[in-house]
This record gives sequence, C-alpha cells and structure tokens, in this order.
Amino acid sequence: MPMSVRIQPGPFDLGAEANAFAAAQSGAGAVVTFTGLVRDVSGGLEAMEIEHYPAMTQKAISAMVDEATARWTLTGALVIHRHGRLAPSEPIMMVATAALHRAEAFAAAEFLMDYLKSRAPFWKKEVTADGSGWVAAKDEDEQALNRW
Amino acid sequence: MIDVLYFAWVRERIGLPRERIETTAATVNDLIAELSAREERYEVAFADRAALRVALDQELSEFTAPLAGVREVAFFPPMTGG
Repeated sequence: MPMSVRIQPGPFDLGAEANAFAAAQSGAGAVVTFTGLVRDVSGGLEAMEIEHYPAMTQKAISAMVDEATARWTLTGALVIHRHGRLAPSEPIMMVATAALHRAEAFAAAEFLMDYLKSRAPFWKKEVTADGSGWVAAKDEDEQALNRW
Repeated sequence: MIDVLYFAWVRERIGLPRERIETTAATVNDLIAELSAREERYEVAFADRAALRVALDQELSEFTAPLAGVREVAFFPPMTGG
C-alpha cells in the first residue's frame, strides 16, 4: 500500500499531490484530502513560524498512519507537513487517504488530523507587527482524541 | 551522559536548544528537580508541569518514567500540529 510521510520546509502543490496520490491507488473508490492553511486569527499576522522535533516527527506521524491503516481498510495514505516560516494563507499541511468506500477514507483522514493536531511534535508561533507569541494548544483538540 | 532537548517556549526560557548533561537522576521528575535546583531559568521553564510534555528517545512519556537506558530526553509544550 502506498503510504508516505513528508516533512519539508518548502511549499507543495495540492492539486499535483492529490492527482498523483489518486493515480497511485489500486482498487480505491474514494479519495479524501484535507489541507490546512495559515490562518490570520486576530488580524495583522505577518508569518507563522513552525518549529518541530526532526528526530521524532517522521516517527510519530508514521505511527499514526500505521494506526489508521490498522483501523480502516485503506489503499493508501499521505501526510505532508511543512515547517519553518510561512505566510498567511499558505498551505501548512495536507492529508490524503484512499479506501474502497468514502466512510473509511473520511474517518481515517479525521483520525489523522486529530492526532496530527495534538501528537505530532510541531509548535506554531504567530509573528505580528507587535511581536510574536506561541500558539497555545486547545483543550478541544486534546478532547477530540477521546472519540477514537 | 544524556542529551536533553528543548523546544518552543521551553527552549526560549532555558536559552538553548540542547545540551548534554551528566546526571544520576532516576526519573524525569528527578531530572527536572536537579535542573531546577541548578539555575533559575530551568526553574522558570519547568515551573508549570501541566504545561509541559516529555519525550524519551522520541516517544511521548510520563514524568514518572525511569531514565535508565534513555539516551535523549526532550521537553516541550503541548504540540500544535496540523
């Protein structure tokens, strides 16, 4: 099964990635993709700086993908997550899952997103004209793991 | 000797991303106590245990976990991926 986890500073082409992912599937009837963008929550965001723990990131996300493939019958999964300095509206990350039927592809994509939020070793810092500050983890993101 | 890594605001408060430490600490809690007693910047960074997470050899772990055989300890705030 094609499974891929890519951690990179540079941008990715959502359309090209989604097309290549779909073309690589064998027997899939459904492909789900999710893309997260840099959001300017309170206005005046100049950049989002994303720090990560290189030795742990790939390992932690690969374990999440393994867990997703153990829970659902997938034909493939892809996670791309960027780090470094990103501008507002730039894509930060994407998840793609493929399965025979859409319910499994949707569920696996949501599972991966919930775990990426709270268990992948990334930390976001918002940079504005007034200074910078670390984005605090949200209780609801932690609670979202309970449904799995 | 053990490698200790710091990320995000933990790194900023302590003032460095990683260091090698000579320690006889038996658990993560012991290591935190040892570092906190050493200098104020550690005490400040480790003050709120609820706001800290720890990984041992790149696996999320507990503060009560033993350090025997561990090569790398990482301290960081709750993760904000996605």
